Amino acid sequence: MKIRVLVSYKDSVLDPQGQTVRNALLTMGYDFVKDVRQGKVFEIEMGALPEEKIKQIIPELADKVLANPIIEKFTWEIID
Amino acid sequence: MRFGVVVFPGSNCDHDTFHVLKEVCSQEAFYLWHKDHDLKNADCVVLPGGFSYGDYLRSGAIARFSPLMQELQEFVQKGGLVLGICNGFQVLLELGLLPGAMLRNKNLKFLCEHVHLKIENDQTPFTNMGKKDQVLRIPIAHFDGNYYASPDTIEELITNDQIVFRYADEKGQITEEANVNGSRENIAGLINKQNNVLGMMPHPERASEALLGSEDGRIIFESIIQHLVRL
Repeated sequence: MKIRVLVSYKDSVLDPQGQTVRNALLTMGYDFVKDVRQGKVFEIEMGALPEEKIKQIIPELADKVLANPIIEKFTWEIID
Repeated sequence: MRFGVVVFPGSNCDHDTFHVLKEVCSQEAFYLWHKDHDLKNADCVVLPGGFSYGDYLRSGAIARFSPLMQELQEFVQKGGLVLGICNGFQVLLELGLLPGAMLRNKNLKFLCEHVHLKIENDQTPFTNMGKKDQVLRIPIAHFDGNYYASPDTIEELITNDQIVFRYADEKGQITEEANVNGSRENIAGLINKQNNVLGMMPHPERASEALLGSEDGRIIFESIIQHLVRL
């Protein structure tokens, strides 16, 4: 089973890297771009675990390790 | 006094810190390997600057899981003195020993330059040899030094006088221009509520000898020694 975790800055936290990417896109003429937020992707290969256990484990490890809850939020999904 | 300097894979200011403690301040200094479980009876533990684990994941995020950090937590609970410099500060934040987190510098550049700091609190084991409002000239060298904390946390830091150093101009004025990395409230260094764990982004070990252009950083090390002698 494969899990994808997306980590990004909370909306209340400025993301200068995302802003720089947005500015680059605007410079290239993509003037319909309103905002860009940059984040990190983790793809985690899991051993066989009941889905219920996965629902408990993934938020736990995202909260403890993958994201810093002071500045970041995360979402996750089963991709395979 | 006994100073333990922690070495993580990727630490690169460990030798400078060791040199200043041993040769400049004439103290007993030794290295502490991050995989050990022994602080060797240190009176003060220093987490040095560098790029522990190559800054993978987030600065300081992996070093937090080093075995020695368990002993460090217990040492802090018993009131032991811990100084985190630059990457050491980032590790202390990830460990939860200090509140807040670091973001990338506001201009997205690695900053390596001398800055001015204003001492905001001289009633700490790390600043007792300095004076409130005194301006120090000490270099910074970091990519992720843009201090962030929620408005509630910032308010608490101010109320409890936990902000120890602020980025200032040479006259000690707290300006936006002097705030090189974009930190909230110009925060360059802060202390925990128990007054025994200090984190700072500037490098006092790089400003402790006249030959290097500034001796202002010595105030921090001499303050620790003075504090320990008085105990």
